[in-house]
Amino acid sequence: MKTSLELPHALEDALRRLNPTLSRRHFLASSGALVLSVGASTLPVGRALAQAAADGPYPDLDFLQLDTWIVIHPDNTATFYVGKTDGGQGTSTAFRQMMCDELDMAFAQTRLLMGSTDITPDQGGSGGSDAIETDGWPMRRVAAEARRVLLELGAAQLQLPVSEVTAAEGRVLAVADPSRSVSYAELVGGRRFNVSLTGANVNATTGAAAVKPVQQLQVVGQSLPRDDIPPKVDGSLTWAVDLRLPGMLHARNIRPPVAGATLRSVDETSVSGIPGVVRVLQEGNYLAVVCEREEQAIQAAQQLRAEWTPPAQAPFPASEDLFDYLRASAPTSSREPRLSGDPAAAFAAAAQTLEADYEVPFQGHTAIGPAFALADPSDNQLTIYSNDMKTYSLRTGVAQFLNLPRERVRVVYMDGPQVYGRTAADDVGFEAAYLAHTLGRPVRVQWMRHEETAWDTKGPAYAFRMRGALDAGGRLTALDYEARALDYAHVGYNEPDTVLIAQLMGRRPARPAAGGAALPSVLYGIEHLRLAGHVLALPLVWETPLRTGNLRDPDGPQVTYAFEGFIDELAVAARRDPAQFRRELIAASPEDDSFRRARSLAVLDAAVAAHGRWEERSAPRAPASGPVLSGRGIAYTYRNNTVVAVIAEVEVTRETGHVWVRRLVCAHDCGLAINPVGLRNTVECGMLHGLSRALWEEVQFDTEKVTSVDWASHPSMRHSDTPEAIDIVLVNGDPNPERPDLPHYGAGETSHKPMIAAVANAIFDATGVRLRRAPFRRERVLAALNAIQS
Amino acid sequence: MSIVALNVNGAVREVDVEPSTPLLYVLRNDLALRGPRFGCGLGQCGACTVLIDGAAVRSCVLPVSAVSGAITTLEGLAQNGALHPLQQAWIDEQVPQCGYCQNGQLLTAKALLDHNPRPTDAEIRAGMEGVLCRCMTYYRIQAAIKRVVGATEPEAAV
Repeated sequence: MKTSLELPHALEDALRRLNPTLSRRHFLASSGALVLSVGASTLPVGRALAQAAADGPYPDLDFLQLDTWIVIHPDNTATFYVGKTDGGQGTSTAFRQMMCDELDMAFAQTRLLMGSTDITPDQGGSGGSDAIETDGWPMRRVAAEARRVLLELGAAQLQLPVSEVTAAEGRVLAVADPSRSVSYAELVGGRRFNVSLTGANVNATTGAAAVKPVQQLQVVGQSLPRDDIPPKVDGSLTWAVDLRLPGMLHARNIRPPVAGATLRSVDETSVSGIPGVVRVLQEGNYLAVVCEREEQAIQAAQQLRAEWTPPAQAPFPASEDLFDYLRASAPTSSREPRLSGDPAAAFAAAAQTLEADYEVPFQGHTAIGPAFALADPSDNQLTIYSNDMKTYSLRTGVAQFLNLPRERVRVVYMDGPQVYGRTAADDVGFEAAYLAHTLGRPVRVQWMRHEETAWDTKGPAYAFRMRGALDAGGRLTALDYEARALDYAHVGYNEPDTVLIAQLMGRRPARPAAGGAALPSVLYGIEHLRLAGHVLALPLVWETPLRTGNLRDPDGPQVTYAFEGFIDELAVAARRDPAQFRRELIAASPEDDSFRRARSLAVLDAAVAAHGRWEERSAPRAPASGPVLSGRGIAYTYRNNTVVAVIAEVEVTRETGHVWVRRLVCAHDCGLAINPVGLRNTVECGMLHGLSRALWEEVQFDTEKVTSVDWASHPSMRHSDTPEAIDIVLVNGDPNPERPDLPHYGAGETSHKPMIAAVANAIFDATGVRLRRAPFRRERVLAALNAIQS
Repeated sequence: MSIVALNVNGAVREVDVEPSTPLLYVLRNDLALRGPRFGCGLGQCGACTVLIDGAAVRSCVLPVSAVSGAITTLEGLAQNGALHPLQQAWIDEQVPQCGYCQNGQLLTAKALLDHNPRPTDAEIRAGMEGVLCRCMTYYRIQAAIKRVVGATEPEAAV
């Protein structure tokens, strides 16, 4: 058996450093103490320092200690420690750029470790596109504080006042004579800063130093290549899935064949012929096999005979009846409508009213690599190796689930398949922990494809009713939005009573989460407005594959499809060009927080300009003759402070209903761009992920189980669906010369949000057919084309 | 269990496994290779792709006993320490997001260009069609392939 522990080099180094028996001798440059009022120390430098030896226990790190965030090494390099993860959007590179600028070190002099609970401060992991917008700030401030301390130390060393020194590339220099300098390593290399920080919470963490003004940032704004990419293309990166521990076992789960079924009995003799079977574990309705080898576990999980009793009531309607169910059922809760003006009176006085229903099915994460975790119970501790984007709550949740002290549990974050929200990486982390804890050996669990596609968390299905009123001049006077979301019992991150294994074991919260029905991001100036939302439940609330959890911009694509699709319908009814119609609505907005109105107008104009051949028209281009119909559609939205406008050009094959989005244009403003190429790629892939949801993605089920379980039954976008051109314009700011420099906002989700709407609007322009039910697979498009022609 | 000899990245390796074991698990768990990855176990997504005698093959559905040719994995793509032009193009175009599928994308592109050094855009799409990416790096992948194709000198007219 292989017994190699192959951790990525950076992490391995860090772990070695954290183990005093291995590290103290060669890590400490000397026993010399820091001068300066902050005091002296002979402790080894490193996260958590001596207290976080690799074999535990693992106390929480103190984010109010500068040493928790930054270490200067004797070779005049630095390591940054941040409590975030990087799902492939390049935030690890961006964070380094931000911290290098504040610390005055060159990018190549630094490295950055992320998201491992005993090495990096708890910044909550990733989510909400907040990496750059929110979590980057404490990183900048602590780096600025480290620079301030180093300038003081350097000034003393150079026998100059602090006002007469500066810093560059890891050295403190005399302003008057840059040849007089001292390196950061000479000042603190291998030793602690021992500087306390302040702040009520991790995001408020700060020292005494101010961050630099935008004009002085030099590393920020450069398109530095991501350093995780070379090892991802040459095969040298060790992923979480690659770890092999001594004595490690392989487990696979067996899920209920019918949602809500009760496990009656298990026939272990059915797998007795398979070599390497170590244990069949059952607790409640959770069932797993654990084997010596991976292929044995896969075979045993397929072959294991178990008797299940189906639930008395069907767990859910079939997917083709979902929207009838959604519109006919009583809500579990309704939000107080957001009301402005007098919509009823405005509708009564309207020259023209419109009404339309929009529908979006459940859509899943369906990660390319099924959910994975490895748990190691050695030394009476529990280490979980995971790519979960919420490693800190995984640690806390597992400790609660297994009734272990938190300090005996840690999560080591490593690269893995994409995580755009609350994925099954949460669920599998608990499963691996449970199995390893129970068996007393390291256990590696990976879900199978059918499990990932059927049982991962889903973005909620939505049904919308939209109503709008136009006056005689074609002005939108009133809008009524009513959303019905299947989101009851929405699961959060790493909750020890809602992860799948807990549900199957019968451990549940007394009351399911209420869930939510989201409202649109409306910047438009609409005088009379009513926004309402209702949450609904399926008959089966627990132990169901149709459980909702956050999926990239959790409700945004659904809500924006209905809202921006309907705005397009109103533009047509008003006989207005859809871009112009939106422009006037934005210009009429009374809001301009964070210059969002001006920036929205700027992205709308930039998208039209970048498109280059936008023909204003007040009616769809269709009907046209010929086998291929073409058209373009626009959608606009914002997410927090990031604004975006997208134009899709489509070709629709009349005979088949096939839709190809030939070109995408995006104008995007997220304020200060840290790494423009990294940002462009994030924007691009976010758009295409949205395009996949617009064209293909739909969870399908009968009245017992999910039937879309692999890449044949659950298609996703492919190479042939890819646009031949994608034009992205980064619009930083607006034409207003009075506007101060914008801070850095988030970009992980905004471009994803308007895609279903933009594609639907383009299909309408091409064909005259308004598609109000996503996704736009060819059979649905063809049926709609045939309906209009007959 | 039985001894199976495999030619992997230029070296002959012997493993003691059930002959029916899919090649993927042997490469990963017995030979400690990291390029081929489990994505579906059904031959649908391409994450497990390896080259066998130059052809892109799904190792998750191929019994190890059925392998007869020389296997090249992602780790074997670079020669004498120099990245394959496709790998360099992947870096130049900053292709990966999470990167989990890129093993299959790279090796399938390699097989495509070995067979057809100057594919049209349509041939690139068709040749890559069976390899899925859920971060949606398709546009970047196609740009990287075109970068390599563009750098290839057209063959002299005969």
